[in-house]
Amino acid sequence: MEKIYTSFNESVSDIFDGAAIMVSGFGGTGGTAQNLILALRDQGAKNLTIISNTAGLASIMGFGTLAGETPVDVGVLIDNGQVGKVIASFPVSPSPSKKNSFETYYQEGKIELELVPQGTLAERIRAGGSGIPAFYTPTGAGTQVSEGKETRDFEGRSYVLETALKSDFALVKAHKSDPLGNLSYKGTSQNFGAVMVRSTGISIVEVDEIVDIGEIDSTEIATPALFVDRIVKA
Amino acid sequence: MAGDRLPREVIAMRVARELQDGDVVNLGIGIPSLCSQYVPEGRTILYHSESGVLNYGPMADEGEEDDDLINASGQFIKQMPGMSFFHSADAFGMIRGGHIDVTVLGALQVSEKGDLSNWMIPSRGIGNVGGAMDLAVGARRVIVAMEHTGRNGDPKIVSRCTFPLTSPECVSLIVTDIAVISVEQDGLVLRETAPGWEPREIQNETEPELILADDIKEIAL
Repeated sequence: MEKIYTSFNESVSDIFDGAAIMVSGFGGTGGTAQNLILALRDQGAKNLTIISNTAGLASIMGFGTLAGETPVDVGVLIDNGQVGKVIASFPVSPSPSKKNSFETYYQEGKIELELVPQGTLAERIRAGGSGIPAFYTPTGAGTQVSEGKETRDFEGRSYVLETALKSDFALVKAHKSDPLGNLSYKGTSQNFGAVMVRSTGISIVEVDEIVDIGEIDSTEIATPALFVDRIVKA
Repeated sequence: MAGDRLPREVIAMRVARELQDGDVVNLGIGIPSLCSQYVPEGRTILYHSESGVLNYGPMADEGEEDDDLINASGQFIKQMPGMSFFHSADAFGMIRGGHIDVTVLGALQVSEKGDLSNWMIPSRGIGNVGGAMDLAVGARRVIVAMEHTGRNGDPKIVSRCTFPLTSPECVSLIVTDIAVISVEQDGLVLRETAPGWEPREIQNETEPELILADDIKEIAL
């Protein structure tokens, strides 16, 4: 069992046209697997479905990005024409005058959007890796995101049936990994990544450091090794 | 003639008085994000953010920013003792699970029943839901902090929301640059007025009819 890859390009080489890809990150560079995204851009797989909180936010307005850095996010894949559909909660720029390429393509009918409230997105992903095919949530009841979905009342309140999300690959950023794939994260960078590794066929994790087994204290392991398939050091 | 409109900071100051000792609070983008600066002394508030943190405090000092430490507005927060971090599914479990006492959100429209619209301007044809729908249904108390009218002078407090809804019947208090209004069973109750504003002047900028509170008073900070 060898999970460590020495090259980003090699770690994404089998991503195929039409694949569903989960991409970690809240919106800024923290928790975003920037090198894996660049490798997928160079690899060139097309017609991808991207499951991600945003559809390019740091890359257009520097959200959560340190001064002087050039952020990479899923916007890079969209710019490059590799994406056919996005499943996201925060797809466009907060400022209409600073459009991202997703919005342009969306208006031109070149890309599809499934808009999902952020908590529903996280829970659908969690469910996908937890053996739960669907669940009822109060979020979105009585709004346009629940249109066409089954609703049901529990104790006098309306809930919407939402289905689990799975993917073929997940591109995730963590802080440390050991060779088994036990992961630890820094600060607010667990966000979607720590959930996405659970619900994907192949999880590919970019880390700052690969350390020996035992160097991450067992109580600090936020993602146990069984969720991790490939590890690459940035 | 009506008085001045209160600046954003003063709206935030008024909202901050609603936050009680021990409350877990989630602040939205814009005016709501300013509230943490004005909490009355002696009250301990635990701030929660969808980015995956509880008990964040001040923003990071210049030169100390870390992109692994952000709030949901993308601002860099300072590493503090007693903070805890978690992933997105837990961040939203806390929200939907009723563990957030108060959320303060911005709004495009609020209806007389407390319906909230804050995620999409219809003319753009697309918008960001983000965590707003989860917060609106999940927080125990939803306070809206906003300017009373839009840039063109249109009322933002309306009989029925014409913009896409974030959540129906979720808002309990509206704090604006001219008034404090609570959402009650019978309708909207005007409780406080900005200095120099008569209730009828506030009514003129509000679509639904306001009920005047018996003890209506000037906004105090």
